[in-house]
Amino acid sequence: MTAGVGTLSEMGTAICMLAILLIPLAGAGLALINTGLGRSRSAAHTMLAALSVMATAVLAYGVCGFAWQSMAGRAAHTFVLAGQPWNWLGRDAFFLRGVTADRSLVIMLVCLQLFSAGLAALIPLGSGADRWRLGASCASSALLAGWTYPLFAHWVWGGGWLAQLGTNFGLGQGMIDAGGAGTVQAVGGLSALAMTWILGPRLGRYEHGGFLAAIPGHNAVLALFGCMLALAGWSGLGVASAILFYGVGLKAVPLIVANYLLAAGAALLAVVMLTRARFGKPDASLSGNGWIAGLVAVSASGPFVAPAAAVLIGAIAGLMVPFAVEWLDRLSVDDPGGAITVHAVGGIWGLLAVGIFARLPRFQNGGAGSSGQWLAQLAGVATLLGLILPMTYLLNWLLDRFWKQRVPPDGERQGMDLYELGAGAYPELTLSNE
Amino acid sequence: MRLLGFLLLLAGWLLLMSALVLLPSPGARGGFACAGVAVQLLGLGLAFRSHLGMEGERR
Repeated sequence: MTAGVGTLSEMGTAICMLAILLIPLAGAGLALINTGLGRSRSAAHTMLAALSVMATAVLAYGVCGFAWQSMAGRAAHTFVLAGQPWNWLGRDAFFLRGVTADRSLVIMLVCLQLFSAGLAALIPLGSGADRWRLGASCASSALLAGWTYPLFAHWVWGGGWLAQLGTNFGLGQGMIDAGGAGTVQAVGGLSALAMTWILGPRLGRYEHGGFLAAIPGHNAVLALFGCMLALAGWSGLGVASAILFYGVGLKAVPLIVANYLLAAGAALLAVVMLTRARFGKPDASLSGNGWIAGLVAVSASGPFVAPAAAVLIGAIAGLMVPFAVEWLDRLSVDDPGGAITVHAVGGIWGLLAVGIFARLPRFQNGGAGSSGQWLAQLAGVATLLGLILPMTYLLNWLLDRFWKQRVPPDGERQGMDLYELGAGAYPELTLSNE
Repeated sequence: MRLLGFLLLLAGWLLLMSALVLLPSPGARGGFACAGVAVQLLGLGLAFRSHLGMEGERR
């Protein structure tokens, strides 16, 4: 159950706003990770795509996304089935009309959601690196931030039917996602999966008699620095979401931050030890992805789990990363940035972990305590897989019919920088006969 | 085949939701919900297999 429209103290407002202002660091971190794990000949394109996609997503969310997401306690489209109300879509005004800068939570929630929608739209870029057209990636992000993200976010954070599973069907407190493991990360990660299916793998990735050709990232320093930035951004997102959506008190803020750091650390060390045991040396890119997977997984339960549970959630998320990467490679799913493994797999695990580890308080208008919480979380995961993934694929498949999303083979060989931008990120590396 | 995979994903979700709405006992709800997720996993596997098949043909 999510908190409705209310007000915060001045201290609460200040802390919440500070947390919201940290979120762009998560975007910067993801952009650096995607750039570092991609090829040098596409580095400028990847960074520009990150900015462009974020800009498009924010505009699309402002135009229609918030209207459809809305928030608990405001007007919504509802139907009655089996004697229960099913709140399925927000009914706010388009273009953010009706949002005023008063002391209510609405304006702060709009700020938070603009950043969150931008962050969700950045995630698929990692899987489409080195072959996804700039214009098409912006169009795809408009679909994500203007429709798919607000729809699922309404169900979970806007007082929608997933949030009401507790009151309507006695399933714990309804689906809980304190920091966006499902609404931001899994939605973005499943969009990344849909995009890899539509785009296909990079040239030469699986073409040597079906064997895997390694295409290592061009700059591990960028990728790992991105991981450090992401910690600050994710913590900000977790704190602001917990306060605004679940009415978590300010005294829980240190616990949230500590849990994020513990989960990320446990995940990173788990991958370092696992890759060292399996390959003889730790793998830098997998370890960085493990760090992010820990952050993603603990997002759902940050304020509601003990630090020891956060360590366990993070470690399991980290351990899943290398195996999921190998599994996807066997299935010819080329995901250079690890977006599917980190955000979809980690996000789904995080949602399930709420049902296992969380000690939930009874929220305002909450449901049946903790009994059946795991079933509410499972319903959320099933909704992501059963509705969000097929819908995202269908929308992007239709977009691909009208606007080819992948560059032609020549463009891919030339590199996205030269092909789409006309100049590279590292001009001094250009080979010359002179 | 991918379409069939997506239909199984949807069917699994419908099975889970039907269980939540129609069944009163927690045990039966849990059992049918898990069956729904199992159907979804089959659908996901089918969608991945179809991608693998299409990539093999392309090569």
